Amino acid sequence: MTQETTIPLWKQDGAKPFIQIKNVTKKFGEFTAVDNVSLDIYENELFCLLGGSGSGKSTLLRILAGFEELTSGQVLIDGIDMANIEPWNRPINMMFQSYALFPHMTVAKNIAFGLKRDKVPKKEIELRVAEMLSMMQIEEFAHRKPDQLSGGQRQRVALARALIKRPKLLLLDEPLGALDKKLREETQFELVNIQDKLGVTFIVVTHDQEEAMTLATRIGVMGNGIITQVDEPRDVYEYPSSRFVAEFVGSINLFDGRIYEDDVEHVKIKSKKAGCNFFVNHGISCSPNQKVTVAIRPEKMKVTRRQPDQEYNCLYGQIVDIAYMGNLSIFRVKLKSGKIVRVTLPNLVRENRNPLTWDDFVYLAWDYDSSVVLTS
Amino acid sequence: MTRNSKFLSISSLFGFIFLYAPILSLIIYSFNKSKLVTVWGGWSVKWYVELFNNQQIIDAAIVSFKVAFITATLSVILGVLAGYVLSRMGKFPGKLIVSGWVSAPLIMPEVITGLSLLLLFVSLENLIGWPAGRGITTIIIAHTTFCMAYVAVIVQSRLSQMDDSLEEAAMDLGAKPQSLFFLITLPIISPAIISGWLLAFTMSLDDLVIASFVSGPGNSTLPMVIFSKIRLGVTPEVNALATIMILIVAIGVVAAMWQMRKKEKAL
Repeated sequence: MTQETTIPLWKQDGAKPFIQIKNVTKKFGEFTAVDNVSLDIYENELFCLLGGSGSGKSTLLRILAGFEELTSGQVLIDGIDMANIEPWNRPINMMFQSYALFPHMTVAKNIAFGLKRDKVPKKEIELRVAEMLSMMQIEEFAHRKPDQLSGGQRQRVALARALIKRPKLLLLDEPLGALDKKLREETQFELVNIQDKLGVTFIVVTHDQEEAMTLATRIGVMGNGIITQVDEPRDVYEYPSSRFVAEFVGSINLFDGRIYEDDVEHVKIKSKKAGCNFFVNHGISCSPNQKVTVAIRPEKMKVTRRQPDQEYNCLYGQIVDIAYMGNLSIFRVKLKSGKIVRVTLPNLVRENRNPLTWDDFVYLAWDYDSSVVLTS
Repeated sequence: MTRNSKFLSISSLFGFIFLYAPILSLIIYSFNKSKLVTVWGGWSVKWYVELFNNQQIIDAAIVSFKVAFITATLSVILGVLAGYVLSRMGKFPGKLIVSGWVSAPLIMPEVITGLSLLLLFVSLENLIGWPAGRGITTIIIAHTTFCMAYVAVIVQSRLSQMDDSLEEAAMDLGAKPQSLFFLITLPIISPAIISGWLLAFTMSLDDLVIASFVSGPGNSTLPMVIFSKIRLGVTPEVNALATIMILIVAIGVVAAMWQMRKKEKAL
């Protein structure tokens, strides 16, 4: 990740993007997999494309690698148009979701494959492979075949093989998808360290929002072939730009409502389903009486048995479900209108003398700046 | 459950008896001392000894093995190419017809294949003078036409199981399409190629009908010699020869299956 002191490139005016995706469209017959996507990615970024299956994220990655021809649009890498450059001539390497290790070659031969194709002198190949093996901590497996390795070891070999040619850009397709949870967490941090150390630009495709959050400098949320929002992880979570992003990243409670008081400094929103009015302490560009959606994250609400002293942003309902998750508990609260609201509370103490339980009536309240108003 | 499994074991027993009792009796009678095929006269290997002293049979065996070896090799080369095209060309207009053409020789009656090839060879000889007469060359060509189809089918199914990203990964690492084929695709499908070769070899060794159509004088294959001998009455010598043939074919088929199994495990 970039140091705290420097301003990241994407926030600097006039910074030259490393990868420019310009109005890229890819159609498979009638189906549009990638729909007029434009995106700039800067040097040294660890950019995550986040989306569900069929969102077009993998297709976009394959376009960059050169495996898919564009229907229309342009891809520039370091200012060079990639249109007529074959996959084997691109300064890009890719780590495949299945790892795609060559089953008939040893680990060392797998890693050396790329250098051999470039006719690098034998001595240098040996040196660089050894260096890569030690960086990935897989020296002891150098002479094994891929089918004698565990999932985590294979992942390292695949990463080593993709990095050995020192590409300017590394594409990673669900790099941690096949690993179990614990290993995935460790590998996430390792991946960030490697990226930082080598200074390679990473583009990671993932459907796992947690993975995207921990890895990325910026996240591009994709759905139906369109990139809906590109922002830093925190902004994607706290300031989702649309209903789609809000629902896709993390869990969120949504209330449809109508603006009844519109001011430069604040907005008031009426919602039938919520049974209360909402107050948002900043202005939004909207027309009076416009229909909007108020979104509030489950962890941003305070839960009390006694009515809090606040007129707005206060729901009342009955607990219908509790899920104890260890570090936190999830409550499902049913409002008078029948709408279910999801609330999470951290389990701060080991034994709670007066715990909230099934059928309890509770108030859910939040601050004026905690919710997000979505107009699209 | 128990009744069911009893039923299963009894029916499979009957099935195996039905399949292998004739072969077993043939093998036993090949060790018969008596000159009369149907009369048991005690154990002996004298028919095997006589077999190896029979120049006609030895010659036919040499022809058969030569034909089988060349056929298998040619079939593998052509079959791999055909299988590769069919699985990698993607969708093109008429793909179904082309893949049907490739596998048609599998279901074509042998008599028709044999007859049509004979007509082709005769008219080719009249037109361009090649192939001159009928012999080993024509048998090889004829065998290759149907053995190649088997190899193509085996290779195609292996290729369609292969992870596409393996070839993409190689391309991504700088391998051009032509080196990609020899460095990645060919080694990965090599078990299928070996089993295809073995299958083609045994099928060529087995064939009687097509070879009868396209062979010339003095170039009889082993099955043809056996068949002609039987017409004069079965001698225990033929039993001995058949036993050896069964052994060779069985080894070929088992080896082919073992190769396929190894390939599946490696996946």
